[in-house]
Amino acid sequence: MPEPRPYGVLAEFKEPEGLLEAARRARAEGYRDLDAFTPFPVEGLADILRLNDRRVLWLGLIGGCTGFAIALAMQLFTNFDYPINVGGRPLYPLSAFAVVAFELTVLFAAAFTAIGMLALNRLPRLSYPVFAAARFYLASKDRFFLCIKADDPRFDRSETPRFLQALGAESVELVAE
Amino acid sequence: MSLTAEESEHILPADQSLGDVTDQLARIPLDFPTRGRWLIALALSSLLLLLFFVAVTVLFTRGVGVWGLNIPVNWAFAIHNYVWWLGIGHAGTLISALLLLMGREWRNSLNRFAETMTLFAVVCAGIYPILHLGRPWYVYWMFPYPATMQVWPQFRSPLEWDIWAVLTYLTVSVMFWYVGLVPDLAAARDRARPRGWRTFFGVLSLGWRGSAVHWLRWQQAYRLLAAIAVPLVVSVHSEVSLLFASSQIPGWHSTIFPPYFVLGAAFSGFAVVAMIAIAIRALFHLRNLVTDDHLDILGKVLLGTGLMTAYGYVFEVFDALYSGNAHDLQTLQDRLFGSYAWTYWGAIIFNFVFLQALWWRGARRTPWSLFLISLSVVVGMWLERYMILVTSLYRDFLISSWGSYTPTFWDWATYFGTIGLFMVPFLLVIRVFPVISIFETKEILHEEQAEPSHA
Repeated sequence: MPEPRPYGVLAEFKEPEGLLEAARRARAEGYRDLDAFTPFPVEGLADILRLNDRRVLWLGLIGGCTGFAIALAMQLFTNFDYPINVGGRPLYPLSAFAVVAFELTVLFAAAFTAIGMLALNRLPRLSYPVFAAARFYLASKDRFFLCIKADDPRFDRSETPRFLQALGAESVELVAE
Repeated sequence: MSLTAEESEHILPADQSLGDVTDQLARIPLDFPTRGRWLIALALSSLLLLLFFVAVTVLFTRGVGVWGLNIPVNWAFAIHNYVWWLGIGHAGTLISALLLLMGREWRNSLNRFAETMTLFAVVCAGIYPILHLGRPWYVYWMFPYPATMQVWPQFRSPLEWDIWAVLTYLTVSVMFWYVGLVPDLAAARDRARPRGWRTFFGVLSLGWRGSAVHWLRWQQAYRLLAAIAVPLVVSVHSEVSLLFASSQIPGWHSTIFPPYFVLGAAFSGFAVVAMIAIAIRALFHLRNLVTDDHLDILGKVLLGTGLMTAYGYVFEVFDALYSGNAHDLQTLQDRLFGSYAWTYWGAIIFNFVFLQALWWRGARRTPWSLFLISLSVVVGMWLERYMILVTSLYRDFLISSWGSYTPTFWDWATYFGTIGLFMVPFLLVIRVFPVISIFETKEILHEEQAEPSHA
């Protein structure tokens, strides 16, 4: 019976600088499928891991445009469908529609941003392989973890942990899928 | 090489580790330290909340006649306290969002409870327009729904703008607060031992694991939310001021109202943030995270926004004098010397006279003095809103329609009740959620420790 495929290898570092250095070396070594788990956003980490995803910002922009369009359409339509003459004032004054248009722009932009961020992160997902690692609870406290995933073509069950150990990791753990 | 004080100054004491901070802050909900004092506060707040329910029951049974409003003073406590509460709420967003974008990291010790304050202040504000409807069960008439009567709400009226502004503000505040809270819920989840707490934080933290790509998207989302929350604050309170300014009433019909209202809102809100900061750091022994330097900065901000508000007062008077309009001048005279002059001079004294103590460093850094000055600002801003409403309305254009206004017992009961409506959920939140942002505190702590020592 073949052994179950692991999820990857987790290496623990005491300082964000140690993690950054290890990530840089792992990239240089040819590892590509990397992830890191940190208690707070670490500056520069995304660059080293070549993470580049601006879809959240685009979603925010799309949300804002959607909200603005809905607000404008709604206000124009209600005044068209039920016109009230208020002392001869214009029926479609854009200045009077500006407030609700702005509020709905903000509302939709915020909702698209917040929900979009969670959806792109595939959250909520209460169970995840790394949670099973013995020391992973420290990732929300004061330890910084680098993960080389088993999907990486260079991943090797015995070689990769040794490589991480050599980078000065406090602990190295093979995580089951 | 010489450095300015700014560069070498660290806001958090350096002798604490990231782990210490995590344990200290995550332990507050898990192993609640000050049960006794918290329970006393909760009991007193619950009494106020009970008062609120009684007052609202009386109001709904007997109608708005139980309040003191009348013709001509047909906008009274309801709008007055609505504006006051909403203004208080704005400071939470400004501290959290504006200072985030400006890179003022000292906000990291304050933003969580300031945002929490915003949520419940907005709830207290939002409840008032519903209460004062007279027939509150028709509140859904404010929404554009396909009614059988084939009518639509009137979008050209500021009263209709109001509901969109307040509901948007509440929703966006909740999202901003929750997005910022998720990583801390995960930290609390990982520290929790009892199964109940683990489940509670486990579900609410949505399985947050601090992955690098998650942080990347999270940061983009958080900063984007902040960037749209700041103009939102300005727009919401400007819109509130338009309820007044777009009318013809002397003393209201003025273009300075939007900035004047927004600044006054920030002023009163920062005062409440300072009060809560002082209370929380004493209650939970957080002097190492909410430091004297934080109080110092809050004092300076309070002084700054206070002086800007004072500038608004000056220009309100100038506006009336410069216009030469008989009714505006009459209202000005009513404000300064009329039957409600006590509200005008009360606002001046409570807002600006005691405030001047904040020029002294000692007054800013002493908790009780900053607390008392903040309390005086809250009272002063309350009087200001009263003054703006009543002095403009009780004597408008026609002498035959002049009147007067006195709040009734039920006015006061509803108002004090909303303080319970604010305090009870606020106390519950600081009981079950991390009251100070754990990961943002660690972020700044690490940054300060990593910097080469300037000593």
